[in-house]
Amino acid sequence: MTDLLYSDTEDDLRAAVRALLTDRAGPDVLLGRIETGSPYVPGLWRALAADMGAAGLLVPEKLGGQGASHREAAVVLEELGRAVTPVPYLTSSVVATETLLAIEDPRERVTGLLADLAAGRTVAVLAVPLSAAPDARPATGGRVTGVADAAVADVLLVPRADGLYAVPAAEAVIEPQTPLDLTRPLAAVDADAASGVRLADRAAADTAIRRGLLAGAGLLASEQLGLAAWCLEETVRHTKERFQFNRPVGSFQALKHRMAQLWLEIVNARAAARAAADALATGSPDAPLTVAVAQAYCSKVAVHAAEECVQLHGGIGMTWEHPAHLALKRAKSDQIALGSAGSHRAVIAELAELPAPVPSP
Amino acid sequence: MIPAAPDATELIARARKLLAEHSPATTSRIDFLRARFDAGLAWVHYPVGLGGLGAPRALQAVVDAELTAAGAPDNDPRRIGIGLGMAAPTVLAYGSEDVKARFLRPLWTGEEVWCQLFSEPGAGSDLAALGTRAVRDEQSGDWIVDGQKVWTSSAHTARWAILIARTDPDLPKHRGITYFVCDMTDPGVEVRPLRQITGEAEFNEVFLTGVRIPDAHRLGEVGDGWRVAQTTLMNERVSIGGGRLPREGGMIGKAAATWRERPELRTHDLHQRLLDLWVDAEVARLTGERLRQQLVAGQPGPEGSAMKLGFARLNQLISGLEVELLGEEGLLYSDWTMVRPELVDFTGRDAGYRYLRAKGNSIEGGTTEVLLNIVAERVLGLPAEPRNDKDVPWKELAR
Repeated sequence: MTDLLYSDTEDDLRAAVRALLTDRAGPDVLLGRIETGSPYVPGLWRALAADMGAAGLLVPEKLGGQGASHREAAVVLEELGRAVTPVPYLTSSVVATETLLAIEDPRERVTGLLADLAAGRTVAVLAVPLSAAPDARPATGGRVTGVADAAVADVLLVPRADGLYAVPAAEAVIEPQTPLDLTRPLAAVDADAASGVRLADRAAADTAIRRGLLAGAGLLASEQLGLAAWCLEETVRHTKERFQFNRPVGSFQALKHRMAQLWLEIVNARAAARAAADALATGSPDAPLTVAVAQAYCSKVAVHAAEECVQLHGGIGMTWEHPAHLALKRAKSDQIALGSAGSHRAVIAELAELPAPVPSP
Repeated sequence: MIPAAPDATELIARARKLLAEHSPATTSRIDFLRARFDAGLAWVHYPVGLGGLGAPRALQAVVDAELTAAGAPDNDPRRIGIGLGMAAPTVLAYGSEDVKARFLRPLWTGEEVWCQLFSEPGAGSDLAALGTRAVRDEQSGDWIVDGQKVWTSSAHTARWAILIARTDPDLPKHRGITYFVCDMTDPGVEVRPLRQITGEAEFNEVFLTGVRIPDAHRLGEVGDGWRVAQTTLMNERVSIGGGRLPREGGMIGKAAATWRERPELRTHDLHQRLLDLWVDAEVARLTGERLRQQLVAGQPGPEGSAMKLGFARLNQLISGLEVELLGEEGLLYSDWTMVRPELVDFTGRDAGYRYLRAKGNSIEGGTTEVLLNIVAERVLGLPAEPRNDKDVPWKELAR
């Protein structure tokens, strides 16, 4: 049976991650970092990935990881979403890690790389656009745009016509692009000139990439959940303290209903995100459908929460100084990341047997 | 010494003993139910002598499973839902020993159906504004009740009603209310069907003219009726939602089936909207399952309000889509005959009926607007809107 609750271990992990992010990567820190052109907070990744061991949650202990599951990784992502933290967790510790884990009969090159990822020594990024849906067939060769966190990658996982290759990032051409989401940098990547090491043949690579992207999409729902929850909490806090017309603005029914509505959506998003994490953790055959449901639902909740956060903060919400815009930019970008809601609905149409109309002859 | 509450093993043994002494194969339905009540297996968390054994509430499921497996009759909880869910906990909490002994057994066996006389034409969401009067007859000590109630399910089949009435109009509205058990066979009680938009009359209007209620049938102190009513209403909210649903178990299953069976009706626009609602329905199902798991784990949360609000909206959107999907057939309606059903039927009949009946889902049991206020204030802690009715005598309020 699907377990939709949080375990005590997960609650402890959440508290530890939240404390770290509050201490090291609060809104003021992030707003200062984005002025420098690189939002990554120095030392934060090491503290999260290596010292706390979060990078290796999905990796079995015999390969040097924590031997935990997608459920724990999802809790980390909830916290990273709350704080819109710029770290390559989703890209390296989830998508790249899960891709490597899905390679059957891995050679030493794969297990070695997994050990490095699990230890937080290495950041690896799958060289596909952030927008790639789990069922997308990634391009092989040439310049790939919109690759998230490529700027801090040590290793690129590059799909080529004859399989998946590990390419040292230093040997590829990586040009930063200007992202809508300031906290998740994008770059164009061209790895054609680099040789690299082949990790899997084409058929195995396709399966592995699909599983990597599926895990990414499923756990992105938890990032969206965390982001939405933060937006609501901040909005409630603000509207209780902000007085207009001689009353706290949060006492106006028009505003209360909008916040209550968001709460309802977040309650639902939590169930959907937990279901996706649990389905991935248990290897349920229902995982592709559960992930598609979570993505189709949670992406719109995160955008709605962030948009309401900006609006209900009034003029303050439109300023660069207030972190609401960081959340809005992350939420809107997450809506496109790892498949649009439309592409997830197409998956649902197929898996739930609700076929599209057949064009008349 | 207080004996220890029975555990699951003992309850199973008691259920087997009941089955051995009153075989469902040879015992009449009502005799079996009476025997079950007397054995303390009706609601195991109730006190001994009142249908229970003082056991943990969660153990009821163990008893139910044992009896169901043996083919024992049940008390048709849907038909007597108001009695079980609302009247019983209030009688238990506020009734005298005589009142409890008189009412709980026939309530539970279903021999006596109950209804609830709360809402009035001028007091729906603002329930405490009610104007039905109860005046004490100084000679007999009885209460004489005059007024009108509305939206009363089961009033035409009910033997008893829980009633709130105003006993002191000079006090602010929440303080002048008293709670009674009303005899529906009193000559002053007139029940008229209230026909609704579906054509049928699932509810009633109830006119109360000089209805006489003995003081022994008062629940709680005079003037304390609002607090007593909170017990009733809290139990109403608890009983809404709860059970496990399979995927497509609700109204979305009907729409999905129509979609699959009738390819000629499909359009791209309807396809996208159906998928969107399918996602919403699946997520609502998961939320219900999560709520259930929280309850089982002993961590009840406020998510129950999300369920009621979510299903109201979903049922309306899904049934509306289904009428559209049916196209020309959607122009037709099955039957406008005024019938008086014994049970509420949300998902039966045709799409047009479901569409119209679902309109009530965002009104009954608390309107969506009022429940959103409750979520905003009690869950999110947002400040209440200023109000000007709390300290004003009821008789001076604008109506």
